[in-house]
Amino acid sequence: MNQQRRSLLKYSAVFGLMASAGLISVAQAQEWNKAAFEGKSLDDVFKILGAGSPDKSSAVTLNAPDIAENGAVVPVGIVTTLKAEQMAILVEKNPSALAAQFYIPAGTEPFVTTRIKMGQTSNVYALVKADGKWSMAVKEVKVTLGGCGG
Amino acid sequence: MQRKFTLGLASGMAAALLMVSSSVSAQNSATDDIAKYREMIADGNPSELYEAAGEELWKKPAGPKNATLEKCDLGLGPGVVKGAAAQLPRYFKDTNKVQDLESRLMTCMQKLQGRDPQEMIDAPFQKGPKKDMEAIVAYVVTLSKGDKIKVSTAHPKEKEMYELGKRAFFFQGGPMDFSCASCHGEDGKRIRLQDLPNITTQKGAALGWGYWPAYRVSSGQFWTMQQRLNDCYRQQRFPFPIYASDLTIAVSMYMAKNANGGTVETPGLKR
Amino acid sequence: MSDPMRVRAAENGGIVDVKILMKHDMESGQRKDAAGKTIPAWHITTINVKANGKDVLNGQFGPAVSKDPFLNFKYKGAKGDKIVVSWVDSKGDKRTDEATAS
Repeated sequence: MNQQRRSLLKYSAVFGLMASAGLISVAQAQEWNKAAFEGKSLDDVFKILGAGSPDKSSAVTLNAPDIAENGAVVPVGIVTTLKAEQMAILVEKNPSALAAQFYIPAGTEPFVTTRIKMGQTSNVYALVKADGKWSMAVKEVKVTLGGCGG
Repeated sequence: MQRKFTLGLASGMAAALLMVSSSVSAQNSATDDIAKYREMIADGNPSELYEAAGEELWKKPAGPKNATLEKCDLGLGPGVVKGAAAQLPRYFKDTNKVQDLESRLMTCMQKLQGRDPQEMIDAPFQKGPKKDMEAIVAYVVTLSKGDKIKVSTAHPKEKEMYELGKRAFFFQGGPMDFSCASCHGEDGKRIRLQDLPNITTQKGAALGWGYWPAYRVSSGQFWTMQQRLNDCYRQQRFPFPIYASDLTIAVSMYMAKNANGGTVETPGLKR
Repeated sequence: MSDPMRVRAAENGGIVDVKILMKHDMESGQRKDAAGKTIPAWHITTINVKANGKDVLNGQFGPAVSKDPFLNFKYKGAKGDKIVVSWVDSKGDKRTDEATAS
C-alpha cells in the first residue's frame, strides 16, 4: 500500500505534465470524492467536506422551486456574492445527502445550476466555500412524485 | 333556540364556504408553483440530445441501400425538413395515403434506404429501430418549433381521415367504458395536478398537439406522438393500436386539424 | 460508445454563459429490476470544462444528479473561446465534446 502510494507520488509529476500537455484531461486526473458522496446524513457530508456546522448566510442564494412536479428532475441553482471556491448541493432526506459538488476557478462566476433527484419532500442545502469558510442557504422543496425509485 | 340553531348553521356554512375557498386558493397556488417549476426546467430540454442524435441519423447512410434520409419528402418537397412537421398529417400522392410524421418516415426509410417497415412496426418503443425513429422525430419536429400548426383537410382523403379520427376520439368502450373524450372532451378536467386539455376546442387541441412529441421527465424518455397515443389507449384499457396504423393517424389528424393556428412548441418537456 | 453532449456557449458583456446537456442514464442505485434485484448505481462522477485550455469548472456528481444531466455556469471570456467538456463515469466510460462561444 505504502509502496504503491510512493510510486503513485513519483508518477504524479509525469501525470501533471501529461495533463498540462493535454494528453489527459483534468476530469480524468481529478479524483471523485467517494467518501463525501457515500456519506449518508448531512452531518456525515459536512464532516467529510470539512464544513463543520456551516452558518446560514444571506450572501448565498439557493434557487429551487417550492414544488417539484417530479422528484426525478428538480432544478437547483446556487449563486453567491462571496468569492466562492467550492459549491455543493445537499438533500437532507436523500439516501446519500450530497448530490453534486463544484470547484470554481478564478475567473468563473460564483453561479451554477443543475438538476437533481429527490426521493421525497426535503430541505435542500446550498453550500459555498469562500476564503476557506463554508456558508449555506436552505430551502424546503415539496415533491409530488418521488424521483429515486421505479 | 330556533334562532340559535339557524345562526349556528349559518356560521357553520360560512366556515364550510371559507374552507372551500381556501382549498381552491391552495390548489391555485399549487398550480402556479408547478407552472414556475416547469418554467425553471424549460431551458435545457434533454430533447436536444435526441435531436442531435437524430440529425446524425438523418445524414448517415443506412439500410440495405446504404442511403441517407436527406432526400426524404415530408410534404414540402424532397429534403425540406424545416416547417414540415407543422403541416402533418397530410395526403401524399406517391403512397395515396394520409400519413403522419412517423408513417411518412417509414416510407422514406423503405424507399430510400430499403428498410423493412415491419421491423419498425414490431419493435418496442425506446428500443432497436424505434430508438432511431425517436431521435429522427426529435430532429424533424425541432425544425418546426415556433411555426403555426397548418393542417389541411382539402383533399378528400384528408377529410375522410379527420372524420375517422373524430369518431375514434368519441368511441367509447373497453373494460372501463372510456373514450378519449372522457378525459379530453370538456374544459376544467384534471388528474391529480395535471390539467387535461379539451381537445375538442382549438385552444385545448393546440395545448395537446402543439407540445408533443416531448421529453418525459418521469420516464426520462423522449416520446413520439405514436407512443403518446399508444399510452392513451393503454390508460383507457383498450387494446394497443398498431404502430402507425390508420387509427393512430386518424386521431392525430383530428387533434392536429383542431389545433390549426396554434404554435408548434415541440419538442415539449412533460412531467 | 457514449452519446454526444449538447454544449452551448454565448458571450454577453464579457461573460460566457455555458449550458451543457449530457446523455447519461445516471442510474441511482435505488431502483429495482423486474426480478426485485437492485440495479447498481451507474453515474457520471467527474466533469471538467476548459476554455482555451484553461479550467473554468470542475464538477463532481453523485447518483442523485438527474438523468441526462444539465449544467449551467458562467465565466469571464470572449466570443470564439474554444470550450471543451469532458466527463468520466463510475464505470470508467468517458466522453469529450467541444463548442465555440458565440
